[in-house]
Amino acid sequence: MSLGELVLWGLVKFVAIVFGWVMLVATVLTYIERKQSAYVQNRIGPNRAWIGGKRFPLSATIGQILADAAKVLFKEDTEPPRGGNPILHQISPALAFIPALLMWIVIPFGPGPMPGAEGENWFLIADVNVGLLLMFAIMSVSVYGGVIGAWASNSGFSLLGGLRVGAQMISYEVTLGLNLVGIFMIFGSMRLNDIVWGQGDLAWGIVVQPVAFILFMVASIAETKRAPFDMPEAESELVAGYFTEFSSMRFAVFSLSEFIALIAVAAVGVTCFLGGWQIPWVDTPVDAAGVPVYGWITVAQVGIFLAKMIFLIWLQMQIRWTLPRFRYDQVMKLGWVYLLPLSLLNLFVTAIVMYLAR
Amino acid sequence: MATIQVTRGELSLAEKLYIPEVMRGVAITTRQLVKNVFGRKDIATRQYPDVKKPYPERFRGRHRLTWRDDGSVRCVACMLCSTACPANCIHIVAGDKGDNTVEKYPVSFEIDLLVCVYCGFCEEACPCDAIRMDSGKHPMPSFSRDKQRIRKVQLLEEGQPSTSHPGGLGN
Repeated sequence: MSLGELVLWGLVKFVAIVFGWVMLVATVLTYIERKQSAYVQNRIGPNRAWIGGKRFPLSATIGQILADAAKVLFKEDTEPPRGGNPILHQISPALAFIPALLMWIVIPFGPGPMPGAEGENWFLIADVNVGLLLMFAIMSVSVYGGVIGAWASNSGFSLLGGLRVGAQMISYEVTLGLNLVGIFMIFGSMRLNDIVWGQGDLAWGIVVQPVAFILFMVASIAETKRAPFDMPEAESELVAGYFTEFSSMRFAVFSLSEFIALIAVAAVGVTCFLGGWQIPWVDTPVDAAGVPVYGWITVAQVGIFLAKMIFLIWLQMQIRWTLPRFRYDQVMKLGWVYLLPLSLLNLFVTAIVMYLAR
Repeated sequence: MATIQVTRGELSLAEKLYIPEVMRGVAITTRQLVKNVFGRKDIATRQYPDVKKPYPERFRGRHRLTWRDDGSVRCVACMLCSTACPANCIHIVAGDKGDNTVEKYPVSFEIDLLVCVYCGFCEEACPCDAIRMDSGKHPMPSFSRDKQRIRKVQLLEEGQPSTSHPGGLGN
């Protein structure tokens, strides 16, 4: 395949996956999350925006989403008060949004060629051999959106929020990365497609690395800045944290990028710990060269990947509406004093067991 | 000065580990979610403009002026209510009714609802059951202060014939 074709297909797949699926889910999540929190707290939630006042199924859902979109598009776009840096203030939502979208380029939605086999992977935007490392690199860059936006706002609340974004994301990225090192060691690859191929027949990451899965979940909630780790935007102390001074679509882009990061982290969790697109005890049909033969099983596998992903998203949102927010020093202590040594210990034990079982 | 010593129980190992407790919490919230989505709804909120909670019988709402049997206002402009009013929100201009048993009537009767504290002293002070606060309506919203000064006509529209006999039972 020539470079031009590679770029073209990459773009086509990026548009199909990111705009056809990820943006769709992120948009629907803005409604689902409010509805879920409402039902958890014995409320009803948003139920006013019926399309044309007609009560047909999904009318309130679609109506609310359209109403929200119209609202954020037509609201006034405010400038940072008393100075600040208008240019950085304008571009910082994009700085947060683009990395959140780029995280998707390494996540396999369906079966690709077996490890070592030559062939096209149609369910993956870019088959990078250091996939997870690339993903972590992109995730680290997404800190800049929050920090720069906070600094450019010239507001005390924003600045504190920005500091917390930086501190929290750097702290928990260490744990997040170290937990996945155990997965690299067991499956012998950083290519996400190979990791999923290694997880057939319930040899899932959660079975071989249970401690790492729990630590990963904790760290990933902290990484996506959601309660109980929503220090950067703690609304009772910092108004809205780093995006206090943003309004209209720029505000919406910040919150959308958080939802996309949530979905991306759930997808990584599914890929590394819940078997990705593998259905237990169902073999993926492959031809002699090790390239999968696509059929109804493939459709089921993509479906099961999305189902697992939705389950993890639901779990993260449920945890958000269950637990109160930690204090800032507790978050830092949990990250550095408990989670980091635990993940190192987990890595150490994994290495010893692998050496003994060699 | 009394100092209350609160003794807190020691946390067990499972509680210190935090994860089992988190799972217990998630189970509780999930039970609520499943119950409210699929089963019997246990919604505590009321859909306010559609469903209104009836006020209790003795609720002090907006004022109204009661009528005589012929439909005229019962008020005799004795000024007791505006004297009793702690907020000075009742403004009455008295006029001669041309009737020797009643003598006076209010030419204008105005209540400034933005000033009113809804204490109910006016209806207690009223000797002839003319002003009442039992309309069951709460203060209304409006776009101007002037709309909040409700006049005699409006007060009478809310009213109805009084159940008490004019002039007392002896007459």
